[in-house]
Amino acid sequence: MSNDDDPTPLSGSATDVAPLGRSTPKPLHELTADEDRDVVDWQRLAATDEFKSLLKAKARFVVPATIVFIVYYFSLPLLVGYAPALMATKVFGVVNVAYLFALSQFLMAWLIAWAYVRAAARFDRMARAVVEKGTR
Amino acid sequence: MSHALAMFLGFIAVTLWITWWAARKSAGANAFFAAGRSLTAWQNGIAVAGDYMSAASFLGIAGIIAFQGYDGFMYSVGWLVAYLTVLLIVAEPLRNAGKYTMADVLAYRLSPRPVRAMGALSTLTVSTFYMIAQMVGAGALVSLLLQSTGISYQTAVIGIGVLMIVYVVFGGMLATTWVQIVKAVLLMAGTILLSILVLAHFGFSFGAFFDAVGQVTYTNAQGNTVTQDFMTPGLRYAPPYGALDLISLGMALIFGTAGLPHILVRFYTVPDAQTARKSVVWAMLIIGSFYILTTFLGFGAATIVGRDFIAANGGNNMSAPLLAQALAGDVFFAFISAIAFATILAVVAGLTISASTSFAHDFWTNVLHGGREQREGEEVRVARITAFFVGGISIVIAIVLGPTANVAFLVALAFAVAASANLPVIVLSLFWRRFNTTGAVCGLATGLVSSLVLIAMSPSILRADAIFPLENPGIVSIPLGFLGAVLGTLLTREPQAEHKFTELSVRANTGLGAERASSH
Repeated sequence: MSNDDDPTPLSGSATDVAPLGRSTPKPLHELTADEDRDVVDWQRLAATDEFKSLLKAKARFVVPATIVFIVYYFSLPLLVGYAPALMATKVFGVVNVAYLFALSQFLMAWLIAWAYVRAAARFDRMARAVVEKGTR
Repeated sequence: MSHALAMFLGFIAVTLWITWWAARKSAGANAFFAAGRSLTAWQNGIAVAGDYMSAASFLGIAGIIAFQGYDGFMYSVGWLVAYLTVLLIVAEPLRNAGKYTMADVLAYRLSPRPVRAMGALSTLTVSTFYMIAQMVGAGALVSLLLQSTGISYQTAVIGIGVLMIVYVVFGGMLATTWVQIVKAVLLMAGTILLSILVLAHFGFSFGAFFDAVGQVTYTNAQGNTVTQDFMTPGLRYAPPYGALDLISLGMALIFGTAGLPHILVRFYTVPDAQTARKSVVWAMLIIGSFYILTTFLGFGAATIVGRDFIAANGGNNMSAPLLAQALAGDVFFAFISAIAFATILAVVAGLTISASTSFAHDFWTNVLHGGREQREGEEVRVARITAFFVGGISIVIAIVLGPTANVAFLVALAFAVAASANLPVIVLSLFWRRFNTTGAVCGLATGLVSSLVLIAMSPSILRADAIFPLENPGIVSIPLGFLGAVLGTLLTREPQAEHKFTELSVRANTGLGAERASSH
């Protein structure tokens, strides 16, 4: 795989993944990135509408979800740090806004995870369509 | 023989049996490094939780809440929310595009040797720092828990070190995984039991429990007896830098967890990306429940045992075991102590295997030997030898530092390096077509160096003379890591890497050509 004229190492060259130390030919599932490169025409696959809509669908979920959880999470230390009076407001008994807000973070994390798992079932179907197209 | 020692020995016997079973069952690199990629979602999910919830979580957070109330609980939150980064951004593409290590994903489209060398360096840095922190804490703790048997700090450190080497060298990833599963189940069982006992103490009335939390009495630094509302924020993170430090810590957790090598390698142990996703969800359920229950452990210790008693009997790390003793006597104290011991062992075994894998796979095979094994099975053999060295070095350093060393900053450092060096390059490599080798090397180097330097200038090291006022460098070092990666990228062009991005993107998103499970 080495190209003697160009000192720059090729990405994805033979160094990519170590062979697994067997003397017989590898079974299909152990082929490295490089060895089965030609099995699939990656460029053509990447250009299909199916793949493009998969990427779009994923981005439509992942980007907003990431922004929501980051904003929600960091508002806890921000509010505790810079609005301590508000956060110390007691809701019932000694249970205050700060504690309830911290608890709600757990709920938020679980809800986003649940929503993602639901959405990902759709991504899986879309990915299967891409794979079928690619290996046909 | 004390109850605690008997339970420790019981746990050791079970884990050694697991190791023997795993050693018989598995052969070959896929089995050693990735448990044959045949774990189920719940198995890996529980193992992720077991790998993640360290003694710092179980004993440390309970202790911080017992001593500083609400601020300690706020600490708990970030440890769960961090898994959203793992779930949404890292786990599935990593599983689809990599093989054994974090650097696999980088080497996929970048020049393999430099990025693997840097990746291995950063992995080893994170793992060893984290491990030394665990070992020092563990040694002090075990000798404290087993006080009656006269086991010294040195004996405890050597014992833990030898055990983790045995798990990894003989049992590989499969044994490590099952040790983590057993530990996670024990930890959850102990935590749930303790929480129920705390509530029972207050007659199962949340009202009575929180009323007690509202007026905790203790002796403050000036020697006066004070009564304080432990639900009120600000006992730990006070102005002027408290809020900033907290945000900085949050950043290290949210971005660092998805860059911790010992967590990342866990996603190679499942058959496909779907299973990896489900295992993150399992892990989130367990980790979330655990951290919510720290409310009862921490506040329970503050109200039932009392801060003064804990301080006089081993310090804040002993909060959870002392709470167990106060609620249900010596046998339960022994049980909770054994869980703490199991917790430490499972985490250090996970760290050892990720460090050894990275050295053998990234550095030995790929950087030094051009990606080819010289002899059959060499990569696994090198990993086993590395585990010996990593374990040996950690034992020596932990003994040299001694039980009183302040090692908390080492955990902050591990997370800071993971967040500032590893995460930026993983994310950019997966999502930015223009990203290249120079960028990866610059990003890893800037993240690593800035974390180290900022920690060296922080109050953790320099005390009152600190040049950098925060204990957690994340707020500065994470942007620096990203900046280094972006600037490095823009300085050079690498058409190869950009061309290969298409392939990586198709693979990462569809799982086409991903490593499959090997049948046993």
